[in-house]
Amino acid sequence: MNSHYGIYGGQYVAETLMFALHELENAYLAARNDPEFNAELAGLLADYVGRESPLYFAERLTAHCKGARIYLKREDLNHTGAHKINNTIGQALLARRMGKTRLIAETGAGMHGVATATVAARFGLECEVFMGELDVRRQAPNVERMLALGAAVHPVSDGSATLKDAMNEAIRDWTARPRDTFYVIGTVAGPHPYPAMVRDFQSVIGVEARRQILDKTGKLPAEVIACVGGGSNAMGIFSGFLKDPGVRLVGVEAGGRGLGSQLHAASICGGRVGVLHGCKTYVLQTPDGQVREAYSVSAGLDYPGVGPEHSYFADSGVASYTAVDDDEAVAAFRLLARLEGIIPALESAHAVAQAIKAAPRLRPEDSIIVCLSGRGDKDMDNLKQYLADSAPDDAAGRSFQEK
Amino acid sequence: MNNLSTVFERCRRENRAALVIFVSCGFPSLADSEALIDAAVAAGADIVELGMPFSDPIADGRVIQLASQVALRQGVTLSKVLDLARNAAHRHPDTAFVLFGYFNVMLNFGVARLCDELAASGVSGILAVDLPFEERGELLGDCHRTGLSLIPLVSPETPPERARAIVADATGFVYCVSVRGVTGRRRGLPPDLGERLAGLRSISPVPVAVGFGIGDRAAAQSVAAVADGVVAGSAVLAPFLDQDDNAAAQERAVGVIRELRRGCRRGPADEHGAAGSGS
Repeated sequence: MNSHYGIYGGQYVAETLMFALHELENAYLAARNDPEFNAELAGLLADYVGRESPLYFAERLTAHCKGARIYLKREDLNHTGAHKINNTIGQALLARRMGKTRLIAETGAGMHGVATATVAARFGLECEVFMGELDVRRQAPNVERMLALGAAVHPVSDGSATLKDAMNEAIRDWTARPRDTFYVIGTVAGPHPYPAMVRDFQSVIGVEARRQILDKTGKLPAEVIACVGGGSNAMGIFSGFLKDPGVRLVGVEAGGRGLGSQLHAASICGGRVGVLHGCKTYVLQTPDGQVREAYSVSAGLDYPGVGPEHSYFADSGVASYTAVDDDEAVAAFRLLARLEGIIPALESAHAVAQAIKAAPRLRPEDSIIVCLSGRGDKDMDNLKQYLADSAPDDAAGRSFQEK
Repeated sequence: MNNLSTVFERCRRENRAALVIFVSCGFPSLADSEALIDAAVAAGADIVELGMPFSDPIADGRVIQLASQVALRQGVTLSKVLDLARNAAHRHPDTAFVLFGYFNVMLNFGVARLCDELAASGVSGILAVDLPFEERGELLGDCHRTGLSLIPLVSPETPPERARAIVADATGFVYCVSVRGVTGRRRGLPPDLGERLAGLRSISPVPVAVGFGIGDRAAAQSVAAVADGVVAGSAVLAPFLDQDDNAAAQERAVGVIRELRRGCRRGPADEHGAAGSGS
């Protein structure tokens, strides 16, 4: 397996973890070539996760934008409400195959923590989730879900008490117990083989989407658009179209309050090459090489790094990356809810916002696929707060109504 | 320029293990670090690891994490650590200094420039905690060019054939991590440490020092019996977290270092070592 993507990727971890990473890589390679493993994974994806997920023609959004036909890849309809479970179910199967009895995970918004706690319950494995103390407070419903599923949640109070610190703590835990513990990383970042393995587990999104768009329209889309925090849903859907040079792949980072403000999570658009959590990639950092805290209205995107393969795609032009700010994402969230009856995750709303910009520039016979990576129920409280903060005179409860 | 081999040779002659003390630069302040380095050398430290703070120290336990956060809040940068290193190396020409930290800060500074400045300052080596054998090419060329030792790490999880590759062309010393996990004190050292060390020393062309979990004289003594060097960090820094009076904390830290230094002795030959060889 390739451990690097150009200059990116690699294994920048303490020596104590190298054996565990080699063991994982060997186990994954063997599993990937094992028909029995693949059959079991496919069966679970169908009957437990609910795949394949629909490719939905967003007719009223398309009419509103007056341009290319917009299709939504409905990962929000998966069990647990996001694409995350495609990956956790693969890693849990692998953990069981390796004889590991304990799963650990980091989580920011809590979606990956829930997806890990879910599969741990399904396979009868212990589960401990590390979550920044600040996120534990901001995402209380997801904490309750994890507890209901039998997982232990460890609040992390170090550093900025958010996702990156939760990941630091998960790595430390794994360093102390590499023998019985399987670290389920939730995105295409981390040391090799995680970026490749998570991409492979998420590639089901792209494989399905390509087949579905050909069935529905008879041709490939002009653009495939996905949001990028760590970038797993984007890497999953992009991987279905890498051999189609006519398809433009667009990753949408969280622009927060603007790239000039430093209050954003756009590692590719606004960061520099660095090393974080075991891989070389674009990182938000200070002039002295300290990792900055990321910010976005969407808790699932505020990660100061990005998957190393995205960094490589950005440099080599395989995909292009742009940023959408908080206001644009929230506007897209509201528009999709009103026009299509679909409440997207705020993460996915960033991709929707980009599609709204791109569609009018394309012809009506063209199509765009947006990866709708998750559903937005979890975001209602955050959104209410955001709207209250941005219009303090307006009662928070009234903010959802058109003015 | 490289003091590491001189230091280990001196310790070998004095029939004791070298004492390696980790200092978190800028904790609780740069001035305190400077004073602690002087005091550590006077109390018998042979090698000082200059810990460079990083926002995301994935291999460190609570004490060093907190120390790093304090340092960063005060605006400690790699440039300031380099100034500290230059002055310390100048004041203590018989002590070896090693820069200890995470690779992102080094990469950000520029690896070639970093090695040039370290070598010119009289620093002997670099230890990058998150740069395993697979990634050591990032630093190895510039370390060779400037005469710095790139200190490799070996852990309880390192299989023997991998350890052989890691230590094959090591210079300076090899850092053996005593336990699985992050830095910080432990209740005891693993029972198979002696066996591992015997294996490692038989294949290593340079001395082997042991770190992680060593905080008192007894632990130092058991390590000194099987290794060429004893590394301590968290135990020396902990007093500064426990109390606000930095002078009192330093006094306690120096007490810890003296005890560790006593633990480094292997026999009666070194009765005057602690007083005689510090600077």
